[in-house]
Amino acid sequence: MSLLSSVSEDAMRIVTDASLTHEQAMMNLSKLPGQCFYGFAPPPGFERMLTEGLISDLGEGYAPFCPRYLLPDYELFLKKGCRFLRIEPPTNLFEAIQALEMFYRHIPSITNFPVYLGRIDRLLQPFIRDEAEARYLIRHFLIFIDRTISDSYAHANIGPEATLAGEIILDCEYELQNAIPSVTLLYDPAATSDAFAAKCARNALACAKPSFANHAAYQNEYPVPYGIASCYNALPVGGGAYTLCRINLKAAAENAKDLDDLLERALPETVRAMCAFMDEKIRFLVEKSLFFRSSFLVQEGFLRRDLFTGMFGVVGLAECVNHLQALCGRPTERFGHSARADELGVAVMERLAELVNAHAAPYCAINGGHYSLHAQVGLDTDAGVSSGARIPIGDEIALYDHLRQAGRFHPFFHSGVGDIFPFEATCKKNPESLVDVIRGAFSVGMRYFSAYASDSDVIRITGYLVKRSDIEKLARGEAVRQDNVVWGLGEVRNSRILERKVRSL
Amino acid sequence: MTRAPVNRIIDQSGVDGPGNRTVFFFQGCNFNCGYCHNPETIRMCMNCGDCVPACPAGALQIADGAVCFDAAKCRGCDTCIRLCRHDASPRIVWMTPEEAAATLERNRPFIRGVTVSGGECSLRRDFVCALFKSAKAMGLGTLMDSNGGYDFSRDPELLELCDGVMLDVKCADAAAHHALTGRPNEQVLRNLDFLVSAGKLEEARTVVVPGALPNENTVRYVCGRLAPYWAAGSDSGYKLIRFRPMGVRASYRENAMPDDALMERLRAIALEAGCPRAIVT
Repeated sequence: MSLLSSVSEDAMRIVTDASLTHEQAMMNLSKLPGQCFYGFAPPPGFERMLTEGLISDLGEGYAPFCPRYLLPDYELFLKKGCRFLRIEPPTNLFEAIQALEMFYRHIPSITNFPVYLGRIDRLLQPFIRDEAEARYLIRHFLIFIDRTISDSYAHANIGPEATLAGEIILDCEYELQNAIPSVTLLYDPAATSDAFAAKCARNALACAKPSFANHAAYQNEYPVPYGIASCYNALPVGGGAYTLCRINLKAAAENAKDLDDLLERALPETVRAMCAFMDEKIRFLVEKSLFFRSSFLVQEGFLRRDLFTGMFGVVGLAECVNHLQALCGRPTERFGHSARADELGVAVMERLAELVNAHAAPYCAINGGHYSLHAQVGLDTDAGVSSGARIPIGDEIALYDHLRQAGRFHPFFHSGVGDIFPFEATCKKNPESLVDVIRGAFSVGMRYFSAYASDSDVIRITGYLVKRSDIEKLARGEAVRQDNVVWGLGEVRNSRILERKVRSL
Repeated sequence: MTRAPVNRIIDQSGVDGPGNRTVFFFQGCNFNCGYCHNPETIRMCMNCGDCVPACPAGALQIADGAVCFDAAKCRGCDTCIRLCRHDASPRIVWMTPEEAAATLERNRPFIRGVTVSGGECSLRRDFVCALFKSAKAMGLGTLMDSNGGYDFSRDPELLELCDGVMLDVKCADAAAHHALTGRPNEQVLRNLDFLVSAGKLEEARTVVVPGALPNENTVRYVCGRLAPYWAAGSDSGYKLIRFRPMGVRASYRENAMPDDALMERLRAIALEAGCPRAIVT
């Protein structure tokens, strides 16, 4: 099929799809041109690896005009306002919330919506004068975010310290049961009170938010403060990630003759091509496209080019290991179930980290001049490939063993990784028990923990939140406001998301 | 060496005290409560062997006249305990406190404490002391879930090692208690007073069975005894447990479950008496 007729077909499918809102149709259409012309030349071998499924460019296209993930410095914005948008520094809570709402409208990203909303408790706390007024305004702030940012990759951060603003945000989310925004508690048992952590756990079990990030482990990742954006991406505040590209370790293993061939040929070849591709894309983004040269976000200092990095995504470690084990005649000694399989997983990750860290990445000084490993959550179209380094759904092991196993792999992924655990509804009566488990998980190396209750409507799919009721609606062919629901439905159909092992406490 | 018959270990539990805990359930109880949810934990195996041929997994054997259990083979189908005519279970592992402590050590990052339950844990007093000593060394909390038949006031060593007791007060009325459990309740009621005065009452617990037990009388009695301590700042809780017929012996199974209205009415009595943690489950 010619490129033109393929694009025409895609366009026709989009404009006739009654399950899309206007906004979703527009955004889908905007992605088409970037798929069929090249702003930069992909390296030799890249197209083949793309076709073979070794690499995915995650739909970014070949003519990016904006970095993938932006984490603007909202503190700076509230302090000095914004000339370009003609927003004065706010003087009270109403103005602060309105300023943020206006600002969010102008923050792009790969989703066309902001993927990072800032540490909203800290942003708002200094403006709180009257609790009742704060409760009213913050409740409507959160409703505004849910109804105008139609994408649950929008991620707010709270903590680590308890604040009144944080308490109010938790109370509102508990009541509202919205999928948007995602919320993460930057959790540090040394700084977060037990009561606040327990309230966060109560919320997680009621509406799948917040997730818990291991603040003690993450805060030293970059020389500047980090934020949790999009799924669970840990990136420098005031910067972000130019791009995310991913390697499919399952495909890489299937492409190799044996372990040695994987480590010494398939991985180096793929890493080389993927890094070269990312290099070119980043050069195009920085040197040619408009964003870093003209965006008011850059010009006014809310984003700084020197605080961006590139993310080297990974999926399918479990399937990679299981494939290698089968090649060695050990098909039952699977990832997570056998010490030998886990050792193999560590060997693959160590080799991958070595290869990625040996590559000098352009414009990535904030990450030491290298790309940062990221446990990519997967795509709705993936079948039989697990997120990052997760144990496959349906193959889970006893809870503490599972957490320890995850704790061995999380430290490889500097720019984000996470695991998700549904719990029986009885756990709601004792949220402190969930906090104990999470604290333990962090002490054995885990960096990010998401929970929800087995009966909750809002659930975490792979790295984003969706209302189960919206998935059912979309499955019937009805349009839903939130764009991730489409992916959620795909994951439910292809990746058995609703079949995760439910844990009891 | 002090061994104890362990019926079951739950590595993670959010229903046996505060936070997440590892729970040891011992075999053997000196009470015989009509409503017992785990009647197979009451008596020790008599080695009659009835269950051995019935085990579909081949996890049971007779060796030297005793029933032997192979935990690795067990599929947890419960055929043996359904079949048992003696309120016992062949699925017992005799553990040393050191073995139990090794389990705690493995779970330690994820739990805040250990709870010993039953059967009746106070029958394994020496084992419990040894296990709690290890738990304390690991920085873990220690709770006992007891039927109250043991005289805690005469065991300062145990009480020193135990953070608190979750004490069953089944019936305040002596005759009703005897009819339900086959045992008098004087010691239980003395324990209620003693433990709360010693700051060792984690919570009192009463199972509510409408029509069969003088529930309100018991609740009023417990609240009456604890109210002065609550007024003085004690944080001892009172848990009101709904009777559920699951797992209960046939003779008691026909009793009705209490409805929400009854449970809330009883809870209100506790709240009115100043109970800081009045919980309905």
